[in-house]
Amino acid sequence: MAASRVQVPAEVRRGDSVEVKISIRHPMESGFRVDDSGRRIARNTIREFTCRYNGKPVFVARLGSGIAANPYLRFFLTAAESGQLSFEWVDEAGERGDALASLTVVG
Amino acid sequence: MKRDASPPIASAHRRRLIVAGGAILAARMLPARADSAPLPAIPELDAYLAGRTPQLGRLILDLPRLADDGNAVAMRVTMPGPFAQGEHVTSIALFSEKNPVPKMAQFEFPLPSERVDIESRVRLAGSQRVVAVAILAGGAVHAAIAEVVVTLAACLDGS
Amino acid sequence: MRVAAVLLACWAASAVAQTRAIPATDLRSGLSFGSAELRAMQADDFANPGMLWVERGEKLWQTPAGTAGRTCASCHVDPATSMKGVAARYPALDAKAGRVIDLEGRINACRTSRQQAPSLAAESEDLLALTAFIAYHSRGLPLSVAIGEGARTTFEQGRDLYYVRHGQMNLSCADCHERTGGAAYSPRRSAKAIPMPTRRIASNGRLSARWGAEYGHACSAFAPRCCPTMIRGSPRSSSS
Repeated sequence: MAASRVQVPAEVRRGDSVEVKISIRHPMESGFRVDDSGRRIARNTIREFTCRYNGKPVFVARLGSGIAANPYLRFFLTAAESGQLSFEWVDEAGERGDALASLTVVG
Repeated sequence: MKRDASPPIASAHRRRLIVAGGAILAARMLPARADSAPLPAIPELDAYLAGRTPQLGRLILDLPRLADDGNAVAMRVTMPGPFAQGEHVTSIALFSEKNPVPKMAQFEFPLPSERVDIESRVRLAGSQRVVAVAILAGGAVHAAIAEVVVTLAACLDGS
Repeated sequence: MRVAAVLLACWAASAVAQTRAIPATDLRSGLSFGSAELRAMQADDFANPGMLWVERGEKLWQTPAGTAGRTCASCHVDPATSMKGVAARYPALDAKAGRVIDLEGRINACRTSRQQAPSLAAESEDLLALTAFIAYHSRGLPLSVAIGEGARTTFEQGRDLYYVRHGQMNLSCADCHERTGGAAYSPRRSAKAIPMPTRRIASNGRLSARWGAEYGHACSAFAPRCCPTMIRGSPRSSSS
């Protein structure tokens, strides 16, 4: 499964606000759905999502059943040095996911 | 025209009415508490605020007025800058009035960002108000309320 | 004689036209009834979660499968050309199988006969991904499903089913999607005919790479399961 898609601008200027978008494949099972035989499907949502910029956490999202399935997040960070953006998330079943994106900062 | 003398019982009743009317007028003249009337009564929100009174007007919570499908409602929360030294946004939390789980999300900024503008998609279990609460580094608390009419509620029907 | 022929042709033409309860020009996608926000979500190629499946499908296209060790690309090379318009033609008559199959069935036929790989299960992530990927290459193209010749019987069976009322609520497909297209029975507004393929942000935000067509052709997962449940009828199996 394509676990996620990340979008960041190819190149940014130092000090700019950089738009970061991520779309993650995850059912964000609310715990309120029932299957075809009427049994409740156990809750399993992404609980913690972290974006690190050259290793330092810059954005953390604590999510739950109130966030729609296949979570989409869009946030901004301030461009400093060139480097790497790493994204990590973990759900209630302990499954982890991750993604990477490089950020080129000029000026 | 001859005026009837008021019977004793009626005048006591009239006195009570005047006192009650006076009390109502007096109450209306008192300033309204900022956190009483506009914020929906959500216990988890009250616990989160812990007695603090949020300021309204700066934080902006965008939700559609009418959502076709409560399973995926576009949400955008923005705190316009600029941010003074020590006054950057540290966290923004979202609370639902009607969802089975009232605290929907919490976004945190371990490193200050010049631009605080977050988009995501939320689930709404029916028409309701949603409250966003931003906490700034200096301790200031800001809130925004949005009301959404949801055509198809999420969570409630098991699908 | 010539006048009779013309009259016959006119009558025949109008008879054929009468089988269309909604004129082709009046057909509207269910999405066109949605709110501006919903349409914006649908149109956003990044945020629409369906693209997660399309990307997965793109990877699968290049992945060898089965004992033959072939990928989809081995035969079909570039999907932008080879798959353009393909999804719009399905469900279609498969001459070899002698029956009408949907796109999922076509994918599985390729897997079993050309790749010597096992079929992908209905509604499985991989099958949804490949279907979404192939359908993506027909984006914007009108449906052009052939209902003549060998497909005629299946089409007529589907059309009859479309008009039969069933379930606890005693509703047929046509009741919502033809007679009252655009109205809202329950929260959803019914499409006037269900235009597919589409990567709909369906209930619960899950992908529905669903199929349907006007007059109820042999459908895959959506119509047999979701709609009958909504009208409290029994779900049909995907293979029927």
